Amino acid sequence: MMPGRLRPLALLPLLLVVGLLVTSLLLGGCQRVAPLPLRLTNITGHMPALDFRLIDDHGKPVTGADYRGKVVLLYFGYTHCPDVCPLTLAHLHVVLQRLGPLADGARILFVSVDPARDTPAILHAYVNAFDPRAVGLTGTPGEIEALVKRYRGSFSREPGTADGNYEVSHSSAIYLFDREGNARVLATPSDSQDDLVHDLKLLLGAGAAS
Amino acid sequence: MKWLALSLLLTGLLAGTAAHATEAAHVRASGAWIRVLPAALPAGAYVTLHNGGDRPAVLRGARSAVYAEVMLHQSSSTGGMSRMRMVDALVVPAHGTATLAPGGYHLMLTQPKQPVQPGDTVRLQLQFADGSTLPTDFIARPADALGAGR
Repeated sequence: MMPGRLRPLALLPLLLVVGLLVTSLLLGGCQRVAPLPLRLTNITGHMPALDFRLIDDHGKPVTGADYRGKVVLLYFGYTHCPDVCPLTLAHLHVVLQRLGPLADGARILFVSVDPARDTPAILHAYVNAFDPRAVGLTGTPGEIEALVKRYRGSFSREPGTADGNYEVSHSSAIYLFDREGNARVLATPSDSQDDLVHDLKLLLGAGAAS
Repeated sequence: MKWLALSLLLTGLLAGTAAHATEAAHVRASGAWIRVLPAALPAGAYVTLHNGGDRPAVLRGARSAVYAEVMLHQSSSTGGMSRMRMVDALVVPAHGTATLAPGGYHLMLTQPKQPVQPGDTVRLQLQFADGSTLPTDFIARPADALGAGR
């Protein structure tokens, strides 16, 4: 009889402690950066920050740090890809157009998974055929492989034809980074333009406010 | 004389039958376009094929006077990977359609013999399994195009 009456009383302080903890966590959460209501796959904290050493489409060595201050859309592909890569870049161009002047704060980084054929000059002509805010990047096979692996991607050169032509299979993901270089969103070429526009607006707005 | 007349009649009949029975004769093409990329890079060609015939028509590929090589390809995205493979045939079902569109089936055009600019028209001879061909005019569109446009 006595233990039965005591048990709820003994639980009371514990409940109070738990309640206080939850309240303080909620308050604490509000004081930190509020999580963005992203529509696409949120990878905040799950993928490493933007970091690489490559050559841009002007032949200049660049690093991930050179794009701090910009919202980055990172995509892997190659210029001899006549179908999926142009389709993806054409979609990203439309998305940036829809952002209007906000898009000046964004850069598409098109990283070649075919450095043997993709010189800075070819990359320059290729990316600018889609969007003036697109940058083509190439490097040594080792540097490119390291970057692809950093974002859990992969690529492989397929057996070529008699005339020396070959295709490259590659990860189709588009990674979005905020202005501080933090990985925030994982998109795929089949995601809607609406969702990409929505999430980019959040990233561009959030970056501008801080 | 009688034999000659008969053979001429037969030849005419056979030729007539053959002309109506070819796969190409039953196929109509619409919305044909090419995505032109800079630096003479490989381009993708797209078209919708309508088959008005009672039998399937089988597209095997195409030829062009402008591009040295034309290959029928299929892109796919599975498991987060984009791939492209050569395909031997694309069936246009009887009284149905088959679509060559970005991200799926397409004709890959390589080694242009002359520069192709957006706005140009490029004729491709679509080739079917029975050897028949369908001349089709493709409109060249810029790299950032999302369709045949108007």
